[in-house]
Amino acid sequence: MLITCPYCGPRDVSEFAYQGDGNRTRPDPASTDAEAWSAYVYDRLNPAGIHNEIWQHAGGCRAHLAVVRDTLTHEIKSVRFAREHGAPPHGRRTSGAKA
Amino acid sequence: MAEYSAFSLLKNALSGNRDWKPAWRKPSPKASYDVIVIGGGGHGLSTAYYLAKEFGITNVAVLEKGYLGSGNVGRNTTAVRSNYLLPQNTRFYEHSMKMWENLSHDLNYNVMFSQRGVLNLAHTPGQLDDLARKGNAMRHLGVDAELMTPAEIGCRVPGLDMSQRARFPIFGGLMQERAGTARHDAVAWGYARGADRRGVDIIENCEVTGFLRDGDRVIGVSTSRGEIRAKKVAVAVAGSTGRVMQLAGIDRMPIESHVLQAFVSESLKPFLDTVLTFGMGHFYVGQSDKGGLVYGGDLDGYNSYAQRGSLPIVEEVMSEMLALFPSLAPVRVLRSWGGVCDMSMDGSPIITTGPLPGMYLNCGWCYGGFKATPASGFCFAHTIAKDAPHEFNAPFTLDRFSRGTVIDDKGQGPTPRMH
Repeated sequence: MLITCPYCGPRDVSEFAYQGDGNRTRPDPASTDAEAWSAYVYDRLNPAGIHNEIWQHAGGCRAHLAVVRDTLTHEIKSVRFAREHGAPPHGRRTSGAKA
Repeated sequence: MAEYSAFSLLKNALSGNRDWKPAWRKPSPKASYDVIVIGGGGHGLSTAYYLAKEFGITNVAVLEKGYLGSGNVGRNTTAVRSNYLLPQNTRFYEHSMKMWENLSHDLNYNVMFSQRGVLNLAHTPGQLDDLARKGNAMRHLGVDAELMTPAEIGCRVPGLDMSQRARFPIFGGLMQERAGTARHDAVAWGYARGADRRGVDIIENCEVTGFLRDGDRVIGVSTSRGEIRAKKVAVAVAGSTGRVMQLAGIDRMPIESHVLQAFVSESLKPFLDTVLTFGMGHFYVGQSDKGGLVYGGDLDGYNSYAQRGSLPIVEEVMSEMLALFPSLAPVRVLRSWGGVCDMSMDGSPIITTGPLPGMYLNCGWCYGGFKATPASGFCFAHTIAKDAPHEFNAPFTLDRFSRGTVIDDKGQGPTPRMH
């Protein structure tokens, strides 16, 4: 499997670290909503087909990437920097949210 | 109905093997059943068998998308063991081990259960201490475990590189002598025949395409062979849990599906009479009765429903094998394949009522489902029949994650690909 890093170009999958489901939203750190935290930590979307994922180019530029990939064929549909607008807000506060 | 004995072998040999009967019927689905079990793999078939045998529920259908044994029951590396650290796991898998010890007799079907031992190697003093702790935890619950010295290991497994010059020198190991291997296909066929004889309908080429609902309650399934109703619908589709639960409208689960590859080498003369695991990576190897080495390693490490993996893991597995057995370098790989595993968030399975009324769920087996086949079926059948878990599967709930009672044998946390 090749992943085309937007910065480094096409690289072998072994350069990348998989960080899983990119559809999760981290609750506000001040939140005491146990259900929301439990869902964030343990529940995953696990579709057979198109999946939004977070990868890190750990053996390269170390950028976090938002990858859209087909879990049935391993075909990669798109790769963007996770920080770019519109990427799934995995592990980040949405812009403008209070700390 | 197929009966196997010395006499029937001889009789059929003399008649040119034309008179063998199928081991199970090929019935068409009825309009309704007491229980539908989705998934004709090891766990689904054993669930149906124990529902009929232990709980007297024989109006049961097992629905299988493909043919029996086409999924993970025919794709695993056949190891059977109960060497766990945490008591919830140890009790469950030890119960399974005891069922394995009597399984061929119980099914009257030779599952070729061979208690050749499973040996976990330690490559650092700290790792050996850790194995000693695990061995003590096992012995505390009455499970056999024995710490082996390098000299003993060298005698038991002559091909191993025991030198101190090895990349990862061997400091010792933990042996469970009662562990071993079984013929995985025979397990599926034996349970299928046993269930069929007790009246269970095993329906192959029958894909579930949706759940019939009455409000929240599940009252049956729609399939590629029509609608089938049932008082209770049991899901035992590890590997495809995400897909099947999505049909029930549940798209978030504490599970990720990952692909695990396995390999078989060309046949060699017998040289390995135990199952061996490497401690400085993820590698395990046994030798089948045909002589081929059966081995595997780590998951590919990303979500996948494709039953195939990629090449970096192939290279990693081969290099790990050569680190242990340098003399195997000229041996050729005969074939390799991939299977899809339900990787749960704590590495332990889920056998429970729910999550919807009328539904029962058996999933999250990570890559350890084969050894659990008897106990999983027995406990799941108990859960379905009594609407309450057996004491051995009571800890394996779906809500243990939100309740904070996870069973994380490896202490890895919610990173499923690391379990």
